[in-house]
Amino acid sequence: MISLSSINVTFESSSQTVTAVQDVDLQVDAGDVYGIVGYSGAGKSTLVRVINLLQRPTSGSVEVNGQDLLSLPPKELRAARKKIGMIFQHFNLMNSRTIFDNVDYPLKSSKLSKRERAQKVNDLLELVGLSEKRNAYPSQLSGGQKQRVAIARALANDPEILLCDEATSALDPKTTLSILKLLKKLNQDLGLTIVIITHEMQVVKEICNKVAVMEAGRIIEQGDIVSIFSSPQNALTRDFINTATHVEQTLEKLALHPSLVHLKDNDILCKISYVGDSTSEPVISALTARYRVTTNLIFANVEILQQTPIGNLIVVMSGAASDLEAALQYLQSIQVTVEMIDSRYLQNSKVGDPV
Amino acid sequence: MIDFFMTYFPNIWSSREDILLSTYETIYMVAVTSLFSVLFGILLGVTLVVVDKGGILENRPIYSVVEKIINLFRSIPFIILIAVVVPLTRLIVGTSIGMHAAIVPLVIGIVPFYARQIQNALIEVDPGIIEAAQSMGSGPIEIIFRVYLKEGLAGIIRASSVTIINLIGLTTMAGAIGSGGLGSLAINKGYNRFQTDVTLVATILILILVFVCQFIGDYFTKKTMR
Repeated sequence: MISLSSINVTFESSSQTVTAVQDVDLQVDAGDVYGIVGYSGAGKSTLVRVINLLQRPTSGSVEVNGQDLLSLPPKELRAARKKIGMIFQHFNLMNSRTIFDNVDYPLKSSKLSKRERAQKVNDLLELVGLSEKRNAYPSQLSGGQKQRVAIARALANDPEILLCDEATSALDPKTTLSILKLLKKLNQDLGLTIVIITHEMQVVKEICNKVAVMEAGRIIEQGDIVSIFSSPQNALTRDFINTATHVEQTLEKLALHPSLVHLKDNDILCKISYVGDSTSEPVISALTARYRVTTNLIFANVEILQQTPIGNLIVVMSGAASDLEAALQYLQSIQVTVEMIDSRYLQNSKVGDPV
Repeated sequence: MIDFFMTYFPNIWSSREDILLSTYETIYMVAVTSLFSVLFGILLGVTLVVVDKGGILENRPIYSVVEKIINLFRSIPFIILIAVVVPLTRLIVGTSIGMHAAIVPLVIGIVPFYARQIQNALIEVDPGIIEAAQSMGSGPIEIIFRVYLKEGLAGIIRASSVTIINLIGLTTMAGAIGSGGLGSLAINKGYNRFQTDVTLVATILILILVFVCQFIGDYFTKKTMR
């Protein structure tokens, strides 16, 4: 559906050359909800603009819907763009037009009659749940409503692809969820292929089935979401995931309040993670019953991604040294990943030390 | 009342036809010049915006040529400009004297100013909206007419009312080439013949024109602001 290969984008200014995107290959299949995450300045927004050629790559090839976009003359490129919807962080609605006229804007050049166009606009507004706002102006709408209008507008020419450039970054968490739900619905009902640019792993976790992580213009890791979440290879990817699953925040809190942990000599503080099937096994109780290891649960989080549960626990295990050894081996045998958390990291922390 | 009028404004009644004619001439010059200016000013203003760096038809050479010409003409004092363009005026109008002849220097004098005002108004249009239009497959012409000129309308109206007020000022100077109008009335009758009351009335009439333009401009600016 979308195929980018060896994309490079460089910006030249008189004093320096900035490489925004470097040697990127990206393959998005029909029906995918593809997330591209990265921190600000990673080149995500530039990359997504390459897909509809709002940004021409310095080198590389762009194929969308089986068309080589770079070879198209301007007129045909504009026709191709009508089949690639796009929504933005700041909505970019036209303030001087009503909601109805905003959605009608891209239909002006279509072959529909005036009545058919009105029908279409009304259908679209209904789809995004804003029928009663048709005569309002954008300034009278909330952020979430504006983004819904933008989605309706982007869908006016029945595109097969929707590009979302930080589409939820200006919205509060609740509105973000409702917009993501709408996107998910569009993906399922209309078979819309969606590419989502975001700096929040939370967003990816919510609706994507594939994800690519970008850093300094390169894609450093990509794949289906379950494998990325369960075994991230790259430090930055782990970083993003730990933030999204709140593991990071918990560790920071523990560092601030070491007294929460009460580590005794033999105790092990560790992070236990598992994917899918291991969940059905009563891991914690098995540790107690079979290995006489008591487990103090400090933090637990289970994500269900694409119907696959992914669990992250932070626990303190205590028991005799040999029992602990056996317990760890048992965990390994059932494919549960155990990461030791250096307890000194907690004890050495200066902040919050008991006076 | 009549005594008061005859004492302090002795020349008004006898000059009433001149005053009316002059007012008409000023309005005529402003109106016709405005028509041409809107055409050329918006054309140049839009050109500056679309060929500017990052514009939808980026073209640095064109930008720098147009910008330099505009700056050049803005730098010439109007009273000198009137004299400089006399050959052109003769070529177009056939004469260099009178109300019609004044239109030529007036257009040349005001268009650069107006073009800059239009440029500033259109730069205010959120680049994100332009990008959204491009992503929807709009071409340059469509973006100019359906996005820039529509989204920038409030700014364009504000720029127009400022320009017209400036233009009223310029018409008074056109009196130097016998254009007529309230400016030349104030100088030729009021100043040269010591009829101070005529000068005063001409001033008041100019002020009324300015206020009316300002009011209309503000009204429509407010109406189009969203």
